[in-house]
Amino acid sequence: MEKIDLVVIGGGPAGMAAALKAKERGVKSVTILERAGTLGGILEQCIHAGFGLHYFKEELTGPEYAARFAALIENSDIEVKLDTMVLGISWDNTVTAANKEDGILEIKAKAIVLAMGCRERPRGALSIAGTRPTGVMTAGQAQEYINLEGYMVGKTVVILGSGDIGLIMARRMTLEGAKVKMVCELMPYSGGLTRNIVQCLDDFDIPLRFNCTVVEVHGKERLSGVTVQYVDENFTPIAGTEEYIECDTLLLSVGLIPENELSKQAGIELDKVTGGPVVNEIRQTSREGIFACGNVLQVHDLVDYVTEESNIAADGAADFILGRQAVNPEYIEPLCGEGVRYIVPQRVNINSGKDIKLYFRASNVFDNASIVMSVDDKEVYKKRKVKVTPGEMENVTLSADIGKQIKKDSKLTLSIRA
Amino acid sequence: MQFDVAVIGAGVIGALAARELSKYDIEVALLEKGNDIALGATKANSGIVHAGFDAEIGSNKAVMNVRGAALMESVCKELDVPYRNNGSLVLAFTTDDIGALEKLKEKGEKNGVKDLKILSAQELLTLEKNINENAVGALRAPTAGIVCPYELAIAATENAVSNGVEFIRNCEVFSIKDEGDIFTLLTSIGDIKAKYIVNAAGGYADKVAGMIGDNSIKLTARHGDYYLLDKTAGEIVAHTIFQCPTKMGKGALLSPTVDGNLIVGPSAVDIDDPCDTATTFEGLNFILKSVKKSVPTISERNIITSFSGNRAHSDTGDFILGKSEANSRFINAAGIESPGLSAAPAIAEYIESILKDEIKDIKLNQNYNPIRPEKVRFAHLNTKQRKALCAKNKAYGRIICRCETVTEGEIIDAIKSPAGAVDVDGVKRRTRAGMGRCQGGFCGSKVVEILARELSVPVNEITKFGGGSKIIYEKTKKGKKQYGKN
Repeated sequence: MEKIDLVVIGGGPAGMAAALKAKERGVKSVTILERAGTLGGILEQCIHAGFGLHYFKEELTGPEYAARFAALIENSDIEVKLDTMVLGISWDNTVTAANKEDGILEIKAKAIVLAMGCRERPRGALSIAGTRPTGVMTAGQAQEYINLEGYMVGKTVVILGSGDIGLIMARRMTLEGAKVKMVCELMPYSGGLTRNIVQCLDDFDIPLRFNCTVVEVHGKERLSGVTVQYVDENFTPIAGTEEYIECDTLLLSVGLIPENELSKQAGIELDKVTGGPVVNEIRQTSREGIFACGNVLQVHDLVDYVTEESNIAADGAADFILGRQAVNPEYIEPLCGEGVRYIVPQRVNINSGKDIKLYFRASNVFDNASIVMSVDDKEVYKKRKVKVTPGEMENVTLSADIGKQIKKDSKLTLSIRA
Repeated sequence: MQFDVAVIGAGVIGALAARELSKYDIEVALLEKGNDIALGATKANSGIVHAGFDAEIGSNKAVMNVRGAALMESVCKELDVPYRNNGSLVLAFTTDDIGALEKLKEKGEKNGVKDLKILSAQELLTLEKNINENAVGALRAPTAGIVCPYELAIAATENAVSNGVEFIRNCEVFSIKDEGDIFTLLTSIGDIKAKYIVNAAGGYADKVAGMIGDNSIKLTARHGDYYLLDKTAGEIVAHTIFQCPTKMGKGALLSPTVDGNLIVGPSAVDIDDPCDTATTFEGLNFILKSVKKSVPTISERNIITSFSGNRAHSDTGDFILGKSEANSRFINAAGIESPGLSAAPAIAEYIESILKDEIKDIKLNQNYNPIRPEKVRFAHLNTKQRKALCAKNKAYGRIICRCETVTEGEIIDAIKSPAGAVDVDGVKRRTRAGMGRCQGGFCGSKVVEILARELSVPVNEITKFGGGSKIIYEKTKKGKKQYGKN
């Protein structure tokens, strides 16, 4: 059995950044296991621009953003195993994987970084009534067919869900000559970035209907149409608002789910809200030596933040491998106050003596909001924002100074006030 | 094309009947109007092997159910089909219900069901800790089991084909002419001649019987919606859980599946078109509400898909089995609704016994082998077995479906097997690629690619389930190219 320092599971933006950072920190042997035939993960099919504005201060396409990291990896001694699927992680951090060339691989690692990304919620999970024809697929699947395989998937399109991939695909399908009839969103607001609504829908006159959903799918072999209907505040369809829309394609952009089957099987504690592992400020999971970053930890809207998070996880893994763990750590769990749906990291070492960024998402749309951090109900930090929406991840810094005021039994709360 | 026997319909009944007939040295054709095996009620039912206490004493349903359930385990063993003897429970919530259970038990005993027992609330909760604590007792049937119905039909067809049966897909029978000692079937692929016909046409068995002038069969399509839940919910119960039928109707059942999921359903609504398998909002709502009476903690968050099937309900309320009164060379197996799956091996055996007596000078097929070779199920193997497998064939090292851990090798096996897969759903039913929680989101395009390669057809010819169910239209403006790469 091969023995190495670090195994990174997943060669998307998270895995690549983590591997490079660990290498930079002096970790000797690093291996990336990637299930696809190339590095880059989902970025390979995201051929639109808008990546890298924060991290590289310039606008790149997905493949360009990925290529920058892939080139660095190529010039390093990081080992990359492509077309390789991880099957399990044992109690002693042995990773078992399969590929055509090696058959079954077993690698014992000092540390592991989980960077498996996320998957899309399929139709089945939505319980939409009706037939089961072809022409119903997730937005990401359509994106893969069109951008990677070079095949069109339909001509007249309805998109359910206004997540970013759905918005991007509304534009992409239009550019390929399809007619996108509408985007329906169950919620009264979009789950996607504002810039995508403007650039992908408004610029192409594609209507976006809020409080509206698809209630029935029609068509025997190929999709022939969908019934859309408005819903009330309890998401119950409102009788009399049904409308039949003829279309041959229904794309779903109704949420992303972190891919944590491997983590679950490895006995790692998961957060019910994020769907990802519970981690501390160095992104270590409940299992010592196993770290997580990127969409497997929490679904991000910007890849730039994925890179940032992966650097943190890789730092943690490097410290662990090089024997530089925190001394006398004491953990508290930051609490989600009013308006806050979740916070990552879920655990914070109050003796770290460092600034710690807390990433979070709002549970609703807030205009002119204050983001407030309090310790034992005493306000210690406040930041004004013109708009806070569930579609855009926010962060605040828990500074080392504030950190000093926190005791083991203190209550650290983050809230959003209108 | 001329055959001794034409079996119409490659559902579980037709497939098992064809397999029984392959024991003999006769020419047998299995005709299917769809693109694959098991496309009707066989692919959309509860997957339950009933113990047999429900059917009326002495009915075909009762006799065939009890016999079929007894045969099921050995048939599944021969065909390498997953089967589990998990037992069933009928829950009682009132003292009236307990009375009804006593009657069910009595009926079951008369039908020949063994080891039936009425459990107290206490005994019930020890067996199944997630059952509603308001349940006051239950009827336990330890002989009941679960099986994968489409895999049973596919395996039986594969085995039948290996033993000489000809499987003909996309072969819809339009009319039948009897020329005295031979039938001519006018089909979508041309004329087919056969001395005997087995009518296993499911929801269309009445129409097929009508083609030879037998108008005695009256079928209604009884629609049932189902939910399938993720494997994380698969162990919420161990037994198949029914509710005691009340004057308010029959509640939904829940059961683990042999693959580790949880199935919930069905609803029951009579409809006009046996082909209409659209799920309904009302039906899906009903089953969820109803099943929560049995297990209140069931969560809709674990739902991975919903589907529906139509049972062929006969106005006689019983299976219609045997020679048609209109023509003794035409054997009916019609009105096969629940417990049709449980009864299937017995019905096949019964059809065989009729034709064995009917066909003169029938000889045994000397090469008959009842065993379907064990297929590779990578997900069930340990590391050592996986290593050995990959050393033999590299295709088993490439995982295509992540949720269900299905390899390229298994997909190739499914395409190359006798009566193999020709579409995406066919691969799914044979290998489970696309059956998991992401429902083919990741592996769909890869399965399309492998099908196209193995069948030597263009990618955009590949369908989900035959006919016009193509997945891809045409090339994009630029076709395949690598973006952002030099």
